[in-house]
Amino acid sequence: MTKSTLYAKWISLVFAAFFLAACSGNDTKEAAAAAAAAEEQAAQEAAAEEAEQQAQVKAQQGREAAAADVGTVFYFEFDSSSLTDDARAQVDAHIQALLGNNDSVRLEGHTDERGTREYNLALGERRANAVRDYMVANGLPSYRIETISYGEENPVAYGSGESNWQQNRRVELK
Amino acid sequence: MLIRRASLLALLFFASSLHAELQIEINQGLDNPTPIAVVPFGWQGLGAAPEDVAQIIDSDLVRSGQFAPVSRRDMLSYPTRETDMYFRDWRAISAEYVLIGQVTLGTQIRIDFQLFDTTRQMAIDSGTVTGPVTELRMLSHRVSDAVYERLTGISGAFATRLLYVSVTRNPDAKDFYRLTLADSDGQRPIVLLEGRDPILSPSWSPDGQEVAYVSFETSRPAIYRQNLRTGAREQLTNFQGLNNSPAWSPDGNTMALVLSKDGNPDIYLLNLTSRALTRLTRHFSIDTEPTWMPDGKSLLFTSDRGGRPQIYRYDLRTKKIERITFEGTFNARARVAQDGRNVALVHQRDGRYHIAVLDLVTDRLTVLTETSLDESPSIAPNGSIVLYATKRGQDSILAAVAVDGGVRFSLPAREGSVQEPAWSPYETP
Repeated sequence: MTKSTLYAKWISLVFAAFFLAACSGNDTKEAAAAAAAAEEQAAQEAAAEEAEQQAQVKAQQGREAAAADVGTVFYFEFDSSSLTDDARAQVDAHIQALLGNNDSVRLEGHTDERGTREYNLALGERRANAVRDYMVANGLPSYRIETISYGEENPVAYGSGESNWQQNRRVELK
Repeated sequence: MLIRRASLLALLFFASSLHAELQIEINQGLDNPTPIAVVPFGWQGLGAAPEDVAQIIDSDLVRSGQFAPVSRRDMLSYPTRETDMYFRDWRAISAEYVLIGQVTLGTQIRIDFQLFDTTRQMAIDSGTVTGPVTELRMLSHRVSDAVYERLTGISGAFATRLLYVSVTRNPDAKDFYRLTLADSDGQRPIVLLEGRDPILSPSWSPDGQEVAYVSFETSRPAIYRQNLRTGAREQLTNFQGLNNSPAWSPDGNTMALVLSKDGNPDIYLLNLTSRALTRLTRHFSIDTEPTWMPDGKSLLFTSDRGGRPQIYRYDLRTKKIERITFEGTFNARARVAQDGRNVALVHQRDGRYHIAVLDLVTDRLTVLTETSLDESPSIAPNGSIVLYATKRGQDSILAAVAVDGGVRFSLPAREGSVQEPAWSPYETP
């Protein structure tokens, strides 16, 4: 229930109380008491609504904090565009946050340096698309998701060897 | 062929290499290179000669790995005309061939040269090249081409140019990319494009007058073409998804490229006149890295439609696709020599990525390199050398290997990384 409908309800209750008071004529005490009761009930309902809304905002803030906590970089196995269990849990947190807001996201796919640059552009796109498809399957509209691949350009770790490569096989959410 | 393995890299810094971003290191030459004396050329003009023409030619011939230079200090005389040639002076220092010449400055600059065989004691070649004074280095390379062809029977590829991408790493911010054009010896570099967004896949138009490449400057990949003479630049594609691997057809009218706008990467042809786009491949796998056969009748491309990346051929007439690589689990990014026979590609063996050459006549695949992160092969227009990129420490460097494996040299950058070399075709003005 929104604030405005709550307000209307409160007004109508107050009017009802006055109407009752008017009808009962001389028994003004009773009417006043009824009006006061109605007023109090309306105020309580308003407070409850307010609290519920605050709880929702808080919950969304919590989901967004949880999404921020898991980070915006999802890592992949070598030559694979399948989401690992860890990556899926991370993306789940982001999906929960994104379902509660209207943000658009950009998914940037990256690979390690092995193989050829143009083929790696395609692999990076596959990774970004895998994250996008998982988000869409879980209810996020595709028009809110942009994907792009950088292939092996813009590495996070410059050296060679698995310790560097695993940092570069990633999708970044921006 | 006997091969001499240089135990230490022979570091050769050339006279005017301060102007170059690339250095040249000869790693391996032929076992018994032919001794040739390139005598300092005569100069007729005001002031000092703008370039040491003989030095440029000498460096070219040494870089080929097939010639051994004769030091100027060992020369008993510096003839510039046939009348000053005394063969005994050259046989005494075991020079098999002697190149002499003169540079004359007029409204243009002219190089006259003469090549002598000291065994037969006769001139075996002579010629003249002429051009604007600003092109003296390129004219010198043309003399190298003539000498090389006369002595090896193979066209020289010294008077050509290279495109490459240099990257300055920046751990705290975005890397810095530059697309550079240089002479084949790395000299006279010109930056064509620079910025913080990746530049990829530089490639040449068949007449050598234009280049195409991929730039991320709009925050998405797009293909551009740029005229080297006028500087005119045009964005050719701006589709959703991948826009990459531009490859000019041999007649210059069509560009093969990769788009993923329809869901996954496929090969398309863009008619450069009508701008009509034709989809060539239609497969849920990755199809990428198109390259034309020299006759323009078919293209090679990389596809993982068989599960792993391999090279396939698309016949434009029959529209049939056939797989052409079968050795190993990774063969990608083919480039075809002008003879249509040798295909340079990236081949994976034991988890290492090497440059290999596939002979389309014998179907034999020969691995040419021993380093493990080799990529982006580009064949010289004379078909004799494959230029490629490899890793040295954290940096990417350019390296070259003869198609027959006999000669190797490296072209590391003075600083930063250099990658994605593209050797120009012979230029047709």
